Amino acid sequence: MNLLENISLAIAGLRAGKMRALLTMLGIIIGIGAVIGIVTIGGALTGTITGSMQTLGVGNIIVSMQSRKDNVYLSREDKISDKMLAVMRQRFEGEIEAISITENGDSGVVRDGRREAKVSTVGANSDYPAANNLTLQQGRFISVVDNAKQKKVAVVSDKLVGDIFAKNENPLGREIKVYSGSAIKTYVIIGVYKYERSLMNVSVMGEGDTPTDMYVPLDLVRKERNIWPGYTYFTVTAKQGGDAKKLTQDIIDFFDRYYHNNVNYTVSAFSMESMIAQMSTIMNTVSIAISVIAAISLLVGGIGVMNIMLVSVTERTREIGTRKALGARNGAIRLQFIVESVIICLIGGVIGIVFGIILGNVGAALLGARAALSMPAVAIAVVFSSAIGIFFGYYPANKAARLDPIEALRYE
Amino acid sequence: MSDIIQMTDVIKKFYTGTPNELTILKGISLTVREGEFVSIVGVSGSGKSTLMNIIGALDKPTSGEYILSGEDIKAMNDNKLSAVRNRRIGFIFQTFNLIPRTTALKNVELPMLYAGISKSRRVARAKELLELVEMADRMKHLPSELSGGQKQRVAIARAMANEPDILLADEPTGALDTETGRLVMNIFHRLNRENGKTVVLITHNPELAAETSRILTISDGLIINERVNKKYGIAAEEEKA
Ligand SMILES: Nc1ncnc2c1ncn2[C@@H]1O[C@H](COP(=O)(O)OP(=O)(O)OP(=O)(O)O)[C@@H](O)[C@H]1O
Ligand SMILES: [Mg+2]
Repeated sequence: MNLLENISLAIAGLRAGKMRALLTMLGIIIGIGAVIGIVTIGGALTGTITGSMQTLGVGNIIVSMQSRKDNVYLSREDKISDKMLAVMRQRFEGEIEAISITENGDSGVVRDGRREAKVSTVGANSDYPAANNLTLQQGRFISVVDNAKQKKVAVVSDKLVGDIFAKNENPLGREIKVYSGSAIKTYVIIGVYKYERSLMNVSVMGEGDTPTDMYVPLDLVRKERNIWPGYTYFTVTAKQGGDAKKLTQDIIDFFDRYYHNNVNYTVSAFSMESMIAQMSTIMNTVSIAISVIAAISLLVGGIGVMNIMLVSVTERTREIGTRKALGARNGAIRLQFIVESVIICLIGGVIGIVFGIILGNVGAALLGARAALSMPAVAIAVVFSSAIGIFFGYYPANKAARLDPIEALRYE
Repeated sequence: MSDIIQMTDVIKKFYTGTPNELTILKGISLTVREGEFVSIVGVSGSGKSTLMNIIGALDKPTSGEYILSGEDIKAMNDNKLSAVRNRRIGFIFQTFNLIPRTTALKNVELPMLYAGISKSRRVARAKELLELVEMADRMKHLPSELSGGQKQRVAIARAMANEPDILLADEPTGALDTETGRLVMNIFHRLNRENGKTVVLITHNPELAAETSRILTISDGLIINERVNKKYGIAAEEEKA
C-alpha cells in the first residue's frame, strides 16, 4: 500500500488532535532536545579547549609551590631559586625545550592622541614564545639581555597595533605610553605578535573591549613590584615528541631533593595533558549523566507514544474493521499505524532538534564557546526518533492488524 | 448464468468448545446466480448479518461448504481472504462506515489503493463512480459534512470501486428516512439492471424486499421461506413513472 497515502493520512489524523499529539511528543522532544543540546555544547567546548590546548601547548608542565599545611608564610629561602632552575635545565637538557616564567604587571590603557587600547602588562622571559605558541609577526621577542638590563621594551599584539597606529605606520621602535591609574609608563615597541582568541581571554564584554597582553622584560616587572628573588610558579615545555608525563615525574623528583626537608612547602608539577584529560573526564561524566536522563526521557516518551497509539487503535476499531472489509491486508493496517507512530516521533524529533540547537547555542554562548551544529548528531536523532516510532508503534500496530474484522465492525 | 454463491449446510457457532457455545446458523444452503437481486429478511437476531459476513468472506463457517465464484473460502488464508473482499465483494453498511477525516473521493479510492492501482487511475475511476451516484460535486467533502443519504451514496460508490462480482448491503436504508432510502434503493436497482451487479440485500422493510428478484426469510439460523418474485422489475418501472 502506498506510503505517501499513509503519511498524509497520519498527518491529517494528527492535525485533528494537535494538543494530544503535542503532549504525546513531549517526551521525545525533551529527550532529543537534551541530546542535541549536550552534543552541541560538548562539541563547542571540546573545540575551544582543543584550540586553547594548541595555544597553551600540550607539552607544557606547570610547576608551582604548594604549602604543606594551612597558615604558613612564604620566606625568601623557600622560593625556587635561579640556581635550582639552572641545575634543572642542565639535568634535563635533552627533554626541556623552554622554561617560561611570567609575572603579571599593571593593567592599563595605551593612549596616543584619541586612539586607545586596553592592555595587561605581562613580565616574561625569553622562553615565553616557545612555551606559549606565540607567533611573532614583526621584530623580536624579549631577549636575555633585555631581561638582565631591565630594558623598557615591549612586545604588543597586532590588535593593539591596529587600534593605535595608522595602517602603513611601522610600530617597531615607536614609543607607547601606558596609563595605569596615575602612573604613566613608556616602552619602546620591539615586536608584534599575532593575537589569538581563546577560552582564556574571552570576556563577557565582547572582543572589542578585551585587553590584550603586552610583554615586557620579566625582571623589569619583578623590580617594579619589589618581588624577592626566586620563583613560585613557572612553566616547563617538553621537547617536541618527548614524554611530558615522564618529565613531569622527573621534575617532581628533582624538586623533592630540595624540598623533602622543608616542613612548610613542596613543589608540585602537572602536565597540561593530564589537566585536559581530567577536564574531558569530567565533561564525559556530565555528558553521560545527561544522556542517561535523555534516554529515560526517550523511553518514557516512547511509552507515551505506544500508549496513545493503543488509544488510537481502540478509538478507530470500527475504521480498522471497515478497512479490512474493503480488502486491507493485515500488513497494510500494520504499516498504517507504524507510519503514524513514526510520524509522531519524527515531528517530535524535529521539534526536539530545533529546541536542542537553540539550547546548545545559548549554552555555548554562556560558556563563551562557539557552537557548531553537529550534522551526524542531527542525523542520528532523526534515525533514532524513527526507530522509537517503529519500536513503540509496532505493538499497537500489530494489535490493530490482528483485529478480527467482525469484532472490529461490531465494536461500539 | 453461473452461480456466484454456493453454500451447502453452513453452520456458524460462537464460543465453540465453551459452556456458552451458541449456534447461530444451523445449516444454511443457498445458491445465488450472477445478476440476481436477492433480499434476506427475518426478525432481529435471526442470523442475517452473521450469514452476510460469511458470504462477504469476513468470517468463515464453523462447518459446511462455501464456494464463492468457484473458490473455496474455507481453504483461504488471511491475505487471500483480504484479496477476495477487495476484488470480488462490495460491502455497504447500515452505518455507512466512511473513514472519518478522509474526503469522499479518498474514501472511494481506498479499495483501489489496497488493490495497488496507480494514483491517476484511482482518482479517475473514483470521480466516475461518484458521478454515477450523483455525488461528484461533493467529492472534496469530509464524511462529517455529508447527510446520511449522501454518505450512503459515497459508500455505494466505494463498494463499486474494484468492479466486484457482488454487492452485499446489510440494511443500507436502515438509518435513512423513507425518501432517501428510496433514492438509495433505486441506485441498487440501477446497478443490478444496468451494470449487471449481483446484489444481496438485508432489509427489515417488506416493501423494499418485494422489489427484489428473490426473497429469503431467515428464522433462528435457518432459511424457512424462499420466494421468487415475478413482479421484479415491474415495481422498479412503476417507480420510475
Ligand atoms: N461475534 C459474535 N459473537 C457472539 N455472538 C454473536 C456474534 N455475532 C452475532 N452474534 C449473535 O448471533 C445472533 C445473530 O446475530 P446477527 O447479527 O446475525 O442478527 P441479525 O439477524 O443481523 O439481527 P439484526 O436484524 O438485529 O441486525 C445474535 O443473537 C448475536 O448476539
Ligand atoms: Mg444485522
